[in-house]
Amino acid sequence: MLIGGFGAAGSPVELIHALIDQGASGLTIVSNNTGSGHVGLAALIEMGRVAKMICSFPRTSGSTVFQDLYQKGKIKLELVPQGTLAERIRAGGAGIPAFYTPTSVGTRLAHGKEHHNFAGREYVREHGLTADFALLKCSLCDRYGNLVYNKTARNFSPIMAMAASVTIVQTQVYAECGALDPEAVVTPGIYVDRIVTIENPASESSLVQAGVAYP
Amino acid sequence: MSDSRQRIGWSREQIARNIAADIPDGSIVNLGIGLPEAVVDCVPPGRELIFHTENGLLGMGRSPAAHAADPELINAGKKSVTAVPGAAYFHQADSFAMIRGGHIDVCVLGAMQVSQTGDLANWSLGDGDAAPAVGGAMDLVAGVRTIFVAMAHCTRSGDPKLLESCTMPLTGQRVVQRVYTDLATLRVGREGFEVVNMAPGVDHRYLQQRTRGRLSFNDDPT
Repeated sequence: MLIGGFGAAGSPVELIHALIDQGASGLTIVSNNTGSGHVGLAALIEMGRVAKMICSFPRTSGSTVFQDLYQKGKIKLELVPQGTLAERIRAGGAGIPAFYTPTSVGTRLAHGKEHHNFAGREYVREHGLTADFALLKCSLCDRYGNLVYNKTARNFSPIMAMAASVTIVQTQVYAECGALDPEAVVTPGIYVDRIVTIENPASESSLVQAGVAYP
Repeated sequence: MSDSRQRIGWSREQIARNIAADIPDGSIVNLGIGLPEAVVDCVPPGRELIFHTENGLLGMGRSPAAHAADPELINAGKKSVTAVPGAAYFHQADSFAMIRGGHIDVCVLGAMQVSQTGDLANWSLGDGDAAPAVGGAMDLVAGVRTIFVAMAHCTRSGDPKLLESCTMPLTGQRVVQRVYTDLATLRVGREGFEVVNMAPGVDHRYLQQRTRGRLSFNDDPT
């Protein structure tokens, strides 16, 4: 599963809580971070529902849930440089199975990967990433699934929308077609499969500050 | 800086001012997490720098007042920031296309270790690290030509961070051009670290005692 968000910005808290209620386990989750406090992604991990995290930065202030399980060997980690993670998701969504990047050459994260020299510079081969589901958050969505985001809450959502078989989006505002200027659409509706209206989404950072634990 | 035995040296703000003073007008600049974040508030008057933050904003502005903070407007360190007039938001693949594609002029990163050949270590303590976290650092050193490092000269326990060669896992090889610490500003040269200037009260001996790499001093006043 792909889960949008960078830290608390853009994290689809209500959809993650719905996933906790739904009960799926043994999940592989692709998300930049590993959640914070005891809500959202951190709560899903804390309940032992995640077998493996694919992420770039499994460290966020105010969170120990992932680190505790990782040190006990109860969760796997595939650490991916952030730009490589983004390009793997974009490539997956665009039908590109693999690509070469200069990122990580000469480091541990390039070990075991195929290298290739182009015009005198070394590159490593990375694979596109796709998923069964994506859980995303946006600010405005129309009936066709065209999406607009809020500021830096956009982050991974447009590329994750492309790379999942079923893309589920929570939106603050649901509008009829025509409400969005076609020039202003960020994610075209072709990538979106399910829309859930959450008019007043909880702010993950406020929940963490208030010490809330889900469920 | 946090080492109570160090009574001399530049403050974090002064280090950030030293860095900002060396970035040419009109540059597009990416700032890493921690000490580099302070550079945004230290731009000299009359100079325009455009700040890129890899979570998806070009035109990052100064830190907001606490009451004006927006949880959906943050920097790479997940701290609240502002957007200047003319700013643009974009997704992660676009953001790293800007980085890998060579469109960013200067990047300022924090570091755990820097070698005298410009190797950088800033993502993992090595074997047994509780949870190594790489973020965008490897993409930045692969895609940005000018890499500055901002860091304390020594660790909290007083160990040098400027070394002959890094002992921690590398973020990139031969990528750092300059290092800005509380004790000195140094260039990575062919013969090791070249000292550009030192904080008030720091002399050659003091600096060499706290540096494991080779230092050269250019005392020519020109």
